[in-house]
Amino acid sequence: MTFVNWLKRNLVVIAGLLTLAYLLLPNVVVTVFSFNKPKGRFNYEWQEFSTAAWQDPCGVSDLCGSLSVSLQIAFWATLGATLLGTMIAFALVRYRFRARGAVNSLIFLPMAMPEVVMAASLLTLFLNMGAQLGFWTILIAHIMFCLSFVVTAVKARVMSMDPRLEQAAQDLYAGPFQTFVRVTLPIAAPGIAAGAMLAFALSFDDFIITNFNAGSTVTFPMFVWGSAQRGTPVQINVIGTAMFVVAVLFVLASMAISNRRNKQKA
Amino acid sequence: MTNDTSGDVRLSGISKTYGSFTAVHPLDLTVPQGSFFALLGASGCGKTTTLRMIAGLEEPSSGTVHLGEQDVTALPPYKRPVNTVFQSYALFPHLDIFENVAFGLRRRGIKSVKKQVEDMLDLVQLGEQARKKPHQLSGGQQQRVAVARALINHPKVLLLDEPLGALDLKLRRQMQLELKRIQTEVGITFVHVTHDQEEAMTMADTVAVMNAGRVEQLGSPTDLYENPRTTFVANFLGTSNFIEAEVDSKSGDDIVLKAGGGKLVLPEARCSAPTATGGKVLVGVRPEKISLTPADDAGDIPEGRNRITGKIADSSFIGVSTQYVVDSPVCSEFEVYAQNIDRDARLVPGAEVVLHWNPAHTFGLDAAQSLLAGTTGSAGIQEEAAV
Repeated sequence: MTFVNWLKRNLVVIAGLLTLAYLLLPNVVVTVFSFNKPKGRFNYEWQEFSTAAWQDPCGVSDLCGSLSVSLQIAFWATLGATLLGTMIAFALVRYRFRARGAVNSLIFLPMAMPEVVMAASLLTLFLNMGAQLGFWTILIAHIMFCLSFVVTAVKARVMSMDPRLEQAAQDLYAGPFQTFVRVTLPIAAPGIAAGAMLAFALSFDDFIITNFNAGSTVTFPMFVWGSAQRGTPVQINVIGTAMFVVAVLFVLASMAISNRRNKQKA
Repeated sequence: MTNDTSGDVRLSGISKTYGSFTAVHPLDLTVPQGSFFALLGASGCGKTTTLRMIAGLEEPSSGTVHLGEQDVTALPPYKRPVNTVFQSYALFPHLDIFENVAFGLRRRGIKSVKKQVEDMLDLVQLGEQARKKPHQLSGGQQQRVAVARALINHPKVLLLDEPLGALDLKLRRQMQLELKRIQTEVGITFVHVTHDQEEAMTMADTVAVMNAGRVEQLGSPTDLYENPRTTFVANFLGTSNFIEAEVDSKSGDDIVLKAGGGKLVLPEARCSAPTATGGKVLVGVRPEKISLTPADDAGDIPEGRNRITGKIADSSFIGVSTQYVVDSPVCSEFEVYAQNIDRDARLVPGAEVVLHWNPAHTFGLDAAQSLLAGTTGSAGIQEEAAV
């Protein structure tokens, strides 16, 4: 009886912890196996502890090259998609123009469409245009599919913005540029930042669209996929773990900043 | 206050139309330098649009806006020497109180703002809160920040758009006095938009009552209350009783009217309707001007007072006064407010009474208008309630 009661009281906590474990277990496995010293080419069975891969993350040929390609593409794709997406979001919220409704729904299409369909049709397009597949075609494709996510994130923020804030800025002697820089942008910033982070994450780990349109360029996800056929170097786990740690640090830092702000308020 | 006219606001024929809807009909209005001017009306009457045209946030469809001698019609808001206190304040959520107040100074390129901002925050008693964010303040404090943020720029005209609408009653009363005090202190022209007639009457020197995009009447609060020229103004500012009457004759400065079986006297100067004999006039009188006497004592009523008979339908005691509703042949639901000085025990529902008042308190209106304009039942104000 007491056990049943205890279970009743703690069910929510237990369910929460189990869900968390479900979410995080893959990351734990990746991390643990980054310290493995596998026998043979595949890193699927635990053998013995080693930091060899951590000391030489670029030890596998082409790995760091593909990582650098992925980071560059992610950076430029984020920049391009965030810039364009923010402008589109403002236009969609602020201006009444013809076909606004149509644009509004078309923007969501890349989000809804199966990636493989988009990848194939993009490839057809690039081939017909005679474009050289590689860095630029990947970048164009990434900006395209990141765009809808950025638009969605920024739009939500801009819609909740009180237009009177900008009027107040104008009333207080701020011209259009000053109003944008001093009021509009800072208030829209959290939405823009959320959109940018989403774009970075999506671009960095995209495989399907990239694989179709890469030509001979190899990105990090493509490298991982390719090497998985022949053997999985521990360095892949090292890079994966490092990415995870960087992301967690980002989250912790933003939490610390908002905590400090809340403390100031109190 | 002075002969300086640089703070005058002069609107000449300004109007605003949205498609086929006319928010403001061509309007001429002069607000003298240093005055506290209120635009009063129900929501949707065009008062806020008028204010926004002065601020430059709305472009007039026709007409011009002058500040002093300067034509500012074509100037964008950031080039006009006016500042606005917005409804719901529109404080910048990402800036602290100090930076909110400093915003206007900084935009005009003033470098050393610290002293000015601190002085201004002290004036509105928020010196301690300088480093807080707007959402950490109470409604009343936010309101004062909004006033400080506008006033620090020493505008020629301060525009207030329903600035007290979001505050509770007690705080609103307090802020009314506070705003009035600040206005007297700084001597800047205030143009105040409100739907609260009491607020307009308490604070403003001059009130313009607006209805459906037009100014119905303009004057001092006393003038508007005592001499309304339309049923809208008569009903919107306080309560009025109306009797439909016919012009019978004239005697000196007075008009004698027939209503029901009796006669009523109305000073001609207080009648805004045509007074040809046989014409219809609406006779109005405020509930607090009327005395109630039991029918048995009718002989004690002095000569020369307007009188009508009726029967008390309802009475409610509200402390300082008692409010009666009287059924009369000339007007059902006549409202009478009697001060509770000497309460007559005979004045209870069902009692036959004589209502009488000094003819000087009577006003006459054109009979060709709705008796209900400006009451809570009419369209304009229903909207207000729905919001």
